[in-house]
Amino acid sequence: MTITTTGQDTATANVPLTARDRKSNLHALDVEKIRQDFPILQQRINGRPLAYLDNAATTQKPRAVIDALQHYYARDNANIHRGVHELSVRATEGYERARTIVQRFLNAADPREIIFTRGTTEAINLVAASYGRKHIGPGDEIIVSAMEHHSNIVPWQLLCEQTGARLRVIPINDDGEILLDAYDALLTPRTRLVAVVHLSNVLGTINPVHEIIQRAHRHGVPVLVDGAQSAAHLPVDVQALDCDFYAFSGHKVFGPTGIGVLYGKAALLREMPPYQGGGDMISRVSFEGPTYKDIPYKFEAGTPNIAGVIGLGVALEYVNRIGLERIAAYEHELLDYATRSLLAIPQVRLIGTAKAKASVLSFVLAGAHPHDIGTILNQMGVAIRTGHHCAQPVMDRFGVPATARASLAFYNTTADIDALVAGIHKVLEVFG
Amino acid sequence: MTSELQDLYQELILDHYKRPHNQRHLDDADHQAEGYNPLCGDRVSVYLKLDGNRIKEVAFQGAGCAISTASASMMTDALKGKTVEEVRELFDKFHALVTGRLENPEAGPDLGKLEVFAGVSQYPVRVKCATLAWHTLEAALEQRGGVVSTE
Ligand SMILES: Cc1ncc(COP(=O)(O)O)c(C=O)c1O
Repeated sequence: MTITTTGQDTATANVPLTARDRKSNLHALDVEKIRQDFPILQQRINGRPLAYLDNAATTQKPRAVIDALQHYYARDNANIHRGVHELSVRATEGYERARTIVQRFLNAADPREIIFTRGTTEAINLVAASYGRKHIGPGDEIIVSAMEHHSNIVPWQLLCEQTGARLRVIPINDDGEILLDAYDALLTPRTRLVAVVHLSNVLGTINPVHEIIQRAHRHGVPVLVDGAQSAAHLPVDVQALDCDFYAFSGHKVFGPTGIGVLYGKAALLREMPPYQGGGDMISRVSFEGPTYKDIPYKFEAGTPNIAGVIGLGVALEYVNRIGLERIAAYEHELLDYATRSLLAIPQVRLIGTAKAKASVLSFVLAGAHPHDIGTILNQMGVAIRTGHHCAQPVMDRFGVPATARASLAFYNTTADIDALVAGIHKVLEVFG
Repeated sequence: MTSELQDLYQELILDHYKRPHNQRHLDDADHQAEGYNPLCGDRVSVYLKLDGNRIKEVAFQGAGCAISTASASMMTDALKGKTVEEVRELFDKFHALVTGRLENPEAGPDLGKLEVFAGVSQYPVRVKCATLAWHTLEAALEQRGGVVSTE
C-alpha cells in the first residue's frame, strides 16, 4: 500500500513533477491538505466522521468554487453579451474565460466547440434533437452499449419513436466489458450514430472509447462519448480520442449543479440546426425569419447559468492544479485497496470486474439487500448509493434488482474504505 | 448495534425477512396486483382470495429488502379473516405509525405485532419499503390493473 497522505504540497501549488516523483511516487497526493479545501467533509454524521463515497452521484465542492459563486453574486452579477456597463463586462468575461478553461480541460481545438448545457443529460438531448432531427430517419440505426445510464438511452429511444429509427445495443460480458466483436457486427451502412459511456457509473468499466471511435469512423459514423463519470477521473483529450461529441456535468467534477458541457466538432455543430430558440442565439430576427448566430451561441438560447459556468471554470482549474494524471493514479491505488478489502469479505459479490476500471465499486451482499446496507452504513457515517443507479438494463444483465455502490474521489482515503468495510461487517452482524 | 438500528431492525422483522410467511403464489386467487418501488427496484405481488367481504387467503411473492419483505410477510399474517373495511382501517393506522403521525395509539384497530415497524418513522426514506405491500394490497382489493408504484 503506497498511498501517502503526507508529503509535498501538490494540491494547491502547480509544482512541476521531478524525475524522481515521476518514477516512484507520481500519485502522492497530500490528501489531508486537499480535504481541508472541502468544508462539507469536516462534519460528523450520526456521530462518526463523514465517509463520502457517493461521488458518482455528485461530488463535493472545494472552497474555491463556493467562494467563486458567492463572489459572482456579491460583486459581478449582470446579464452577459448585452450590456455596456462594467458589471456586464465582468460577467461576460468570466463566462467566456470559463469556456476557454473547458476547452483546455478537454484539449478541444477551438473554444467555440464548447457549448454550455444544464448537464450531461441536456447535452445528449441536444445532440439527439438537433443532430438526430437532421440526420436520422426511418430504418436508420443508433448504437449504444448495454451499460448506459438512462440519459444515454432514453433520448435515443425518443428519437427512434419520432423518426422510425432503431436502437441497437452492444452486449457486455460477465465482467462488464463491451464485446468489440459484437460491436463490429452492429456497424452497418444503416448506422448513423454511436453513443457510449466512457466510464460506467455502475460497473466502473473504462471503455475502449478510442477503439470504438476508430471502428465507427471507418464506417463514416460519428460517436458521442458520455463523459459524465470520466471527466473527474481520467485525463480526456477529445482531439486524441477523435470523438465527435463529448458530454459531461459540472456537478460531477467538483463544480455546481445545473451546469454541463457539450463538446462537438465545429464542422458538425455548424451544420446542425439550433436546439432551442430564443434570445442570445440569433444575430437578427424579423418576421420574415431569424438569422442564427455562429457556434457556440446558436446552441445557447436564453440567459444561461452564468454563475454555474464561472463556478465550473474554477472547479476545473482546481482539478488541473492537482492534475488528472495524479488523480487517476491515486484513485487507482485506492480502488485496488478497496477491491481487496471487499473481496476479503466472503459474502461480497462485486458487480463489475473489468480489467480496466476506475473509481466505482458496485457490490451485493449475500443475505442483505442493498437498501438495508445503505441504511446501516449511513448510521455509521458512510454515504453510499443503493438502487439501480439509473441503469436498469445493467441490473437486468447481472440479474440483480439493485446494487450497493461506493464511488471514489481524490479526497477519499483508506480510512473511508475502512469505515465502509466496518459498516459491511455491521450489516453482516445484523443479518448474520 | 446502535439503538437506532435496533429500533429499525427488530428481531421480529429480521425473522420475517429470513423466513417470510405466506410467500408463495396463490393459484386460485380472485384478486391480485403487482407493486414496484423504483427507488430500490423491489417488486411485490399480492394475491387474495375473498369469501364475500372477508379475506380467506392472502399470499405474496417478491419484495426484497428486509423492511419490505418483513412488512409483506407480517401483513399477510395480520389480514387473514379480516373484512375489507377492517383491512382499510388497519392500513390507515399502520401508515400513520410508520410515518410518525400516530396520535392516539389506543384508537382504532389493534396493530398487534405490526407495532414493530414504529422504528421506520425515524427513517423517512424507508417508509416506502414498509408500505409497498400494503399499497399493492389496496390495488388488489380495488382490482386496479397495471403496476402500482410507490413514486
Ligand atoms: C454515466 C452517466 N451518464 C449520464 C449521467 C447524467 O448526468 P446528469 O444527471 O448530471 O445530467 C450520469 C449521472 O449519474 C452518469 O453517471
